[in-house]
Amino acid sequence: MTISSLLIANRGEIAVRVIHACRALGIRSVQAHSVADADSLAVRLADEAVEIGPPPAAKSYLNIEALIGAARATGVDAVHPGYGFLAENADFADAVAAAGMIFVGPDGDSIRLLGDKVSARQAAAKAGVPTVPGSDGRVGEIDEARGIVEDIGFPVMIKAVAGGGGRGIRVAADFDEFERFFPQASAEAAAAFGDGGLYIEKLIDPARHIEVQVLGDGQRFIHCFERECSLQRRRQKIWEEAPAFDLAPAVREAMCASAVALAKLVGYRGAGTVEFLYDGASQSFYFIEVNTRIQVEHPVTEMITGIDLVQAMIRIAGGEPLAITQDDVTVDGHAIECRINAEDPAKNFMPGPGTIESLKIPEGEGIRFDTMLYEGYVVPPFYDSLLGKLIVRSADRESCLVALKDALAGLEITGIPTTVPLHALLVDDLDVAAGRVNTRFLETWLERRFETNV
Amino acid sequence: MSKAQIISPLPGTFYRKASPESPPFKQDGDPVSASDVIGLVEVMKNFQEVTADAEGRAITFLVEDGEAIMAGQAIAEIDT
Repeated sequence: MTISSLLIANRGEIAVRVIHACRALGIRSVQAHSVADADSLAVRLADEAVEIGPPPAAKSYLNIEALIGAARATGVDAVHPGYGFLAENADFADAVAAAGMIFVGPDGDSIRLLGDKVSARQAAAKAGVPTVPGSDGRVGEIDEARGIVEDIGFPVMIKAVAGGGGRGIRVAADFDEFERFFPQASAEAAAAFGDGGLYIEKLIDPARHIEVQVLGDGQRFIHCFERECSLQRRRQKIWEEAPAFDLAPAVREAMCASAVALAKLVGYRGAGTVEFLYDGASQSFYFIEVNTRIQVEHPVTEMITGIDLVQAMIRIAGGEPLAITQDDVTVDGHAIECRINAEDPAKNFMPGPGTIESLKIPEGEGIRFDTMLYEGYVVPPFYDSLLGKLIVRSADRESCLVALKDALAGLEITGIPTTVPLHALLVDDLDVAAGRVNTRFLETWLERRFETNV
Repeated sequence: MSKAQIISPLPGTFYRKASPESPPFKQDGDPVSASDVIGLVEVMKNFQEVTADAEGRAITFLVEDGEAIMAGQAIAEIDT
């Protein structure tokens, strides 16, 4: 492999995760950090650390110039972007390559192609992946949009081409709403994003969120099966599982094959995730988007397949061909991940940065806790609230829920509020146990439990 | 003439604008009423509004847009 040293252009638990992968591969790890993260676990664990700027992410973890400068100054061969921050920023990938270093992920052009919703959807359709019925990209005037809506039927989503993260979306239930919302959405999109362009998609509801992990080396492409990620609040996943429960074998096979077909079409290099909406009633799945990076919930896949995805993506970036074939990837058991955030579920998920007074981590077979916490650590207020991920694997889903309940009881974090109590309720919930969930389940459930404003 | 300080109750990142493209909530020298929003504090990607909490003839900011702040830090002064 051509990588002997690597800069981690991220923070928190994923930085710690990448450092562990570097160690296993004999790679020197260099941790980039803001002033606020000088005391972080990643900085303590890495072989070397380099400061990249003041606390706000815009001036540090999102500062391409500072990161390239840090990579040059420390003489690394490669840069790992983690997730979030610049992980899906094509210009960053290009800048790393232009500086003569390896970006651990696909190249800038692949990120651009798959990061743009319209071109990604077109690529998916070309690869034979089912897409959500709708306009094939940007629609022109309202007459053209009306024609599409007549074909696909209500309810429909009117989405801003330049939107993202749930912004710039309106749902129309009938023609009356459609006629009113379309011009409004266009004007809003023009004001918010500088581009009034819209596209139309049928609203799939209720739906589950299921995604397929893929690996590609540019020549060969495999999947590592799927993850079930329907438990979300404000479009943020908080609980993930692998494999997805109750998926008919033929549906699983078709979904995973779809994801591989898309990876193959674009000559994908690295670890990626193809996300789908799944309509359980019709057993249909529809492409949503591709994430061209490692995902927060990657450990559930690692736990059931035994594949180290972070090591795999570094090896691919270093020029190694995929070491495994599709036949080598098998599912053994069931895994669930709970995201532990510094938020108070009883107080409308108010974030609570501060000092970790004590920390007790459960141990045992099939238990894994990916975290950047240590006793005495001061969780800074500047970044997202993820503190760690509790992952439990067992022979099947039923025993996994039992083991997860034990593990949650053994996880004690004091000093700041956390979402551990939320997970302790979810693990006991009859609907969760029965798999009666969809992407709106958690918000409805929270309204009942906590009378909170979701 | 006396001065009142606007103290941030939270640590985080202080913003003087609702979005990068928006104009600032207030300029130095602007008059303020108690209910006026003068900025936002971002705490773990949650945005909390900061109000003036006092009426005054002119506001003077002590913190730049996008600067890190501590809980209890003075963000601005008001000539009351």
